[in-house]
Amino acid sequence: MPLVWPLLLSAALFGIGVYGVLARRNAVLALMGVELMLNAANVNLVAFDVWFRDVLVSGQVFTLFTIALAAAEIGLGLAIVLRLFRTYGHVDVDRLGGEP
Amino acid sequence: MTTVEVLFWLLSCLAIGSAVLVVTTDHLVHAALWLVVTLGSLAGCFLLMTAEFVAWVQVLIYVGAVVVLLLFALMLTRAPTAPDAATSTRNQPVAIFAGLVTTAVLGVVMVDGFRGERIDVDGEPAGSAASVGDAIFRHWVLGFEVVSVVLLAALVGAIVLSRRSGDTADEPSEGSG
Repeated sequence: MPLVWPLLLSAALFGIGVYGVLARRNAVLALMGVELMLNAANVNLVAFDVWFRDVLVSGQVFTLFTIALAAAEIGLGLAIVLRLFRTYGHVDVDRLGGEP
Repeated sequence: MTTVEVLFWLLSCLAIGSAVLVVTTDHLVHAALWLVVTLGSLAGCFLLMTAEFVAWVQVLIYVGAVVVLLLFALMLTRAPTAPDAATSTRNQPVAIFAGLVTTAVLGVVMVDGFRGERIDVDGEPAGSAASVGDAIFRHWVLGFEVVSVVLLAALVGAIVLSRRSGDTADEPSEGSG
């Protein structure tokens, strides 16, 4: 399988994630864009690791680390979103920042 | 094209299509469910690239845990039953531009740098559980331990952040910790 296929897949996913983070109004939906970008990075790591046949399997190990960090990030993100919702009564990122 | 390549094409199209739906759909819950499709088809792509262990971890952690957390967040912050017309901001044109530019730059660089290279998917699997586990616990133990401390810190931070503010208002001195 050509190496560029997974790389192009990850480029497309990253672009979609960027759009999601920038365009979404709901904070939880913006977090989903972040998840898409992290997954694009994962696809790249795995593709290069399988292509290179690294002895230390570093690409796949880093992918596992990224997945663990994404879980940590989503947990913290959920806590922050809940805190915002309690303070402001909504999670609309356009209207945050002022007095509650 | 071999069977693996055809399957990879199909799964890639499925992943990209459902990712577009994730960022464009007006139903909040549908976005989370389309995210399941995206992550699942990416797990299939990992499987086709012979990274078995990563694929199963992706299914377990992402599809199993992360999406459930996102659904929790959606349910706890509002009742997401009706279609919400206001899920996109005014910056939508700028966002489309930024996404397209990012994709174009990354795609051009990748194609220019790695045209003609091929992944060998017919030989020995690159990511069986045995080889990945061996690498983690032989060469990457320090990173593994650091990640576990980070996870613990994140969970403690999440608990502290999501405590009701009334809990700390009674004991102001507690907030300094």
